[in-house]
Amino acid sequence: MKKRETDGSVLKEPNVKYQTSQTTLSEYLRKKRSFIYRTLGDRLFSYFIFALGFIVILTTIVMAIVLYKDGAEAIKRYGFFGFLFGRVWDPAMKIEFGAFPFIVGTLITSIGSLAISFVPALAVAIFTAEYSPRWLAHIIDNLTNLIAAIPSVIIGLWGIFVFAPWMRDTFYMNIYMWILDNNPSFAPIFGNPIGYGIATATIILAIMIVPYTTVLTVDAFKKVPKEQREAAYALGATKWEVVKMAVIPYARGGILAGVMLSFGRAIGETMAVAMLIGNKNNLPFSIIGPASTMPSVIVNEFREAVENIHLSSLIAVGFYLFIISLVVNLIAAYIQRKFSLTGARTV
Amino acid sequence: MRSVSKLIGLALTLSLLLGINLHGQRRVELIGAGASFPAPLITAMADEYRDATNGRVTINYQSIGSGGGIRQFSEQTIMFGMSEAFLSDEIMKNIEQSTGGRAFNLPITLADVVVTYNVPGIDKGLVFDGPVIADIFLGRITRWNDRRIRNLNPDVRLPRHPIQVVHRSDGSGTTNLWTSYLTKVSDRWANNVGFATSVNWPTGVGANGNEGVAGIVRNTPGAIGYNSFAYALLNNMSYAYLENSAGNVIPPSFDATSAAANIELPTDTRILFTDTPNPIGYPVAGFAWMLCYENMEKNRTISNKQQAEELIRFIIWAITDGQQLSESLGYAQLPSAAIQKSYAMIRQMKWNGEPIGRNILDGN
Repeated sequence: MKKRETDGSVLKEPNVKYQTSQTTLSEYLRKKRSFIYRTLGDRLFSYFIFALGFIVILTTIVMAIVLYKDGAEAIKRYGFFGFLFGRVWDPAMKIEFGAFPFIVGTLITSIGSLAISFVPALAVAIFTAEYSPRWLAHIIDNLTNLIAAIPSVIIGLWGIFVFAPWMRDTFYMNIYMWILDNNPSFAPIFGNPIGYGIATATIILAIMIVPYTTVLTVDAFKKVPKEQREAAYALGATKWEVVKMAVIPYARGGILAGVMLSFGRAIGETMAVAMLIGNKNNLPFSIIGPASTMPSVIVNEFREAVENIHLSSLIAVGFYLFIISLVVNLIAAYIQRKFSLTGARTV
Repeated sequence: MRSVSKLIGLALTLSLLLGINLHGQRRVELIGAGASFPAPLITAMADEYRDATNGRVTINYQSIGSGGGIRQFSEQTIMFGMSEAFLSDEIMKNIEQSTGGRAFNLPITLADVVVTYNVPGIDKGLVFDGPVIADIFLGRITRWNDRRIRNLNPDVRLPRHPIQVVHRSDGSGTTNLWTSYLTKVSDRWANNVGFATSVNWPTGVGANGNEGVAGIVRNTPGAIGYNSFAYALLNNMSYAYLENSAGNVIPPSFDATSAAANIELPTDTRILFTDTPNPIGYPVAGFAWMLCYENMEKNRTISNKQQAEELIRFIIWAITDGQQLSESLGYAQLPSAAIQKSYAMIRQMKWNGEPIGRNILDGN
């Protein structure tokens, strides 16, 4: 309360000076406002904001609790690590469940897609932010954003009907035939060239996460101070050298944020992956053969899971997915804090 | 003009209100949920039945999957459930303990599964028998020109193409039916894989839904999968003829599916009759069931006797007149054997001990 008053008095003084030039502003500030607005307003607003923020935290916690509670039957039966490393997922014969194949599938697809998409995404960002004329940059920006706006089920459909058959006919089949002729023992490692499998899903995933890296990277580039670039130019750096020495190091934090956002998206992506990965629920996976991820097995089997332990296992997979996402986010936050440098500390 | 339309509106509202009162009965909404496979049929039945009752009875059916249907039925949040798998002994026992009466599985329609394939240059009508198709899905037969396939199809020139197995990745009644067939015709399948709404597939790629399997099969030369018959028919896919237990090669048809169910059924109709003993029956067919309580007052969602009676009337209509809708929507009609068993179960349905099922059936 008291603080507000003093703030008001501080504001009042300069206003006297600018009375003629800035009448509107000073009048606005000087106007007597109602009691509710003057004293309650700020407090109500802060309560409101606090409540909203708190709801987000609460939702997350409740979600984790519910996931754990509903998955507890499976986790108790197989043990926390038993379920984590269980390699059998058999809802019919043995009625035994383990999440390990899905965890492996999730990590391979998300890390793989990140590795594939990182350089192209960075290149797009460098081109639009530093090289291209503004009109072209505008078009490219919009188109990249558009990729993020396409529903994943549409991308999945395109994958089923266009991309996977194309990959099969252009690459998988030819490579597979070549392997059969030259080194047949490698064939099982390479996998079944049907087109629907872990490689196809990873590539599609890579396309889907490019915008997340690109957008945040472009934003980070735009925040690089003009002086930083000018200083590099003054030293006689070429354009590429400026980008390499002055821009990218300064924008490191933003780039990493983009990468981590992409990673989070890749871990959780469900529909497109479920449609393209081939959904094989047991290890070992092959390079292009079918596999499965945590979200894909949940979306596949949740609806018709009749046995209680089956349903509980699926929810437990969701719980592990929750934990993995949480860990990834925490690592991301740590890395970001560690690597986002201020201008003074770059190079 | 405006006043006229206002008047009409008023008259309509009044007549609606009066209509309800004139009949002496309130409108009833029957709430059900469960399997997605019969959902189009139930929705069409709902429309037809609403018209047949002059809008008095509406049916609200949520297609949430068989598992969800059984769960919500047990938790009594719906008036009737719908499932492609009958209630297990365990659930039946639990319900008997908690409500003092049985749970009834009433056959409402038939599901059938056909083998779809994409072999360049070959139309529908390849013939398979149980052991061969099981070995294909076990990954033990890997080429289309395998001797065992050629023996069944002596007149067809089969390519040396590898066989690509496509199965459903989502849990589904279709998979339950298909794997139960494979379990019955192959010991190796029975011992290694078994049957359920989703299983641990020994080979092949999984695709989501009928449309997913169909999409991959159509896009992949050499692919073989399984779809519901209606889906294969509507999408012009090549499908196989299967040899049944009597040794007859049966082209899939609605009649052959109905015939498969026209056998000696147990009184509670809880039976998987894949690999049917009927010599003219198609071997991969099964019921979709409607789930109801014997003591209907125990279902917390059914709040009064009128609702229970309307539900019974709807069930009776659905298994008789409602069956006319089946074939245009891609479902086979129930055979008389199943309808008789359902009648016997409906006769036992009670409201606080009053045999309302029998009263309605005898009153009709």
